[in-house]
Amino acid sequence: MMLRVDNLGVSIGSVRPLSGVSFNLGKGETVGIVGESGSGKSLTAMSVMGLLPLINGEITSGSINFDGTELTALSEAEYRLLRGGRIGLITQNPMTSLDPLKKIGPQIDVVARLHLGLGKRAARERTVELLGDLRISDPASIYHLYPHQMSGGMKQRIVIAMALAADPDLLIADEPTTALDVTVQAQIIRLLMDLVTDRNLSLLLITHDMSVVAQTCDKVVVMYAGTVVERGTVEAIFDSPHHPYTQALIGCIPRGLVGEMRLQGIDGTVPSVVHYPDGCRFHPRCSRAEDICATIVPELVETQNAAACHFANEET
Amino acid sequence: MSELLEVRNLSKQFSSHRGLFHARRTMYAVNDVSFALPAGRVVGVVGESGCGKSTLARLILRLIEPSDGTVSFDGLALLKQRAGDMRRLRARMQMVFQDPYSAIDPRYTIARAVMEPFQIQGKRFTTAEATATVEELLAMVGLSEQMADSYPHQLSGGQKQRVGIARALALKPALLVLDEPTASLDVSVQAQIIGLLEQLRDELNLTYLFISHDLALVKYFCDEVLVMYMGRIVEAMPSTDVNPRHPYSKTLLDSTFEPDPKQRRNIEALSDEVPSPFDLGSGCAFAARCPSVSARCRNETPILSTPGRSHAVACHHPN
Repeated sequence: MMLRVDNLGVSIGSVRPLSGVSFNLGKGETVGIVGESGSGKSLTAMSVMGLLPLINGEITSGSINFDGTELTALSEAEYRLLRGGRIGLITQNPMTSLDPLKKIGPQIDVVARLHLGLGKRAARERTVELLGDLRISDPASIYHLYPHQMSGGMKQRIVIAMALAADPDLLIADEPTTALDVTVQAQIIRLLMDLVTDRNLSLLLITHDMSVVAQTCDKVVVMYAGTVVERGTVEAIFDSPHHPYTQALIGCIPRGLVGEMRLQGIDGTVPSVVHYPDGCRFHPRCSRAEDICATIVPELVETQNAAACHFANEET
Repeated sequence: MSELLEVRNLSKQFSSHRGLFHARRTMYAVNDVSFALPAGRVVGVVGESGCGKSTLARLILRLIEPSDGTVSFDGLALLKQRAGDMRRLRARMQMVFQDPYSAIDPRYTIARAVMEPFQIQGKRFTTAEATATVEELLAMVGLSEQMADSYPHQLSGGQKQRVGIARALALKPALLVLDEPTASLDVSVQAQIIGLLEQLRDELNLTYLFISHDLALVKYFCDEVLVMYMGRIVEAMPSTDVNPRHPYSKTLLDSTFEPDPKQRRNIEALSDEVPSPFDLGSGCAFAARCPSVSARCRNETPILSTPGRSHAVACHHPN
């Protein structure tokens, strides 16, 4: 198992934005974490990357195991070796993840120099080769460009190149295509999927877009208000979602032609982290909620999918 | 013909100069766009960032002045109207903006924000009338009357967008131009807002021009679709169940994923380098990225065939 997150709980000051988050990611697998804004999906990624101290957060319970190493016990110095080394990160906004004052080539070089101990020249050759692998035409000239000279899609390829520069085993992509146009998004998704296959990478893909998940993932983790409400294979999640939230989320996706279906929104809004409801956190918005839902937190019930719902085993 | 809106050869150029030693460059944000919007229909304009769809929306409402072309609304030539007449006409054509965070003055209460259109039109209300109007408008968009005294920062994105819609509906318009009204919202909230727009269309007999980058949403919501690329309409589809004929529309469709893992797409490689919108030469703007490009495409700009009710396409080699 490449990554095993078990019962992860996170606190930031007095609030507890994440609790009981568990999922596994195998070698060569793509796992999607989906949820709306405020569901805690990015925070999960930050926890794995050891970036919580940046926002005054800390892990209060659970474990994160990366290929046999317990990450929650690492010192910052040890983390620095992993981060950008064996774990690569692709962030949402390529406009802000590159240094605007440096040429893009050297920005990629530095990763290989730091993590692989390559010399200046070797790092540079490696970067040019890598850019070629990412289907960037004329990589030797691209090497000398500044970020502002590139389109959004091209910048995202550069960010992907930086994430890959030290030959990682695990890639965490946090909304990698959200800031991009649809045709460019499709190209970046294609690139990521090819990389997963060619390099046998494990990919943790964080997105709010159920269609991107359907296109790319092997397994899906559905998050709501800082907890995992359902997880399973992508087929099981889309064919027979057990949690009412997953069902509702799928019902929100426009599909088909005009008049063929009626979009079903979810009433109410995602609760704020300071006022998570008692019991099942989805119960105030849930059409199936009963008295028990307001008081008792449902456990993840292992069925075909694992759903944290008191009625997960009942036929819908 | 009951065309509520008719746009003919509408163009807008912006020019930039980068200093004394550089030539002035011209950007065709909207280039020779013609279409008609019949009363009661929902027409979608779909395209990627920079294709000119938002500029088109603003040109139609005359929020910016076109460089060329005509817009007629309910038989009146908009571009010939004087400022006062234009203001009165705008009561019947309203816009909902993409970003509800910046569309409402943060220092206004919701009640004041909703009443602002009346104030602009010079309508006076007694306090009781004003309260009743605010309540009615908020109820129409599914907000509780208790929100009237709140400020925008106390509302969620979806609630703010409902306020944006209430403002647009205040003057009982016939036409609503919706510029990516759900682009900044979560899917569950998007579904609520789209549901609200569907309901309002039926209740108030509204006509919508719906601008979006999301083809799946446009197919779901709209009766007709216009596909824009680099300032031009490259395809006009009279209904959403026809197959796209322009290679760009096809690319756009193929780039949209189905929410079903059994229908994964085989993504064709395509250059994602969109050409610069400045000084587009002759030829088709999509030529550099097009899989079925020929020499003719690089020299001769394809013209949109038969604009009107039928399926029209601006391509030398349509599917």
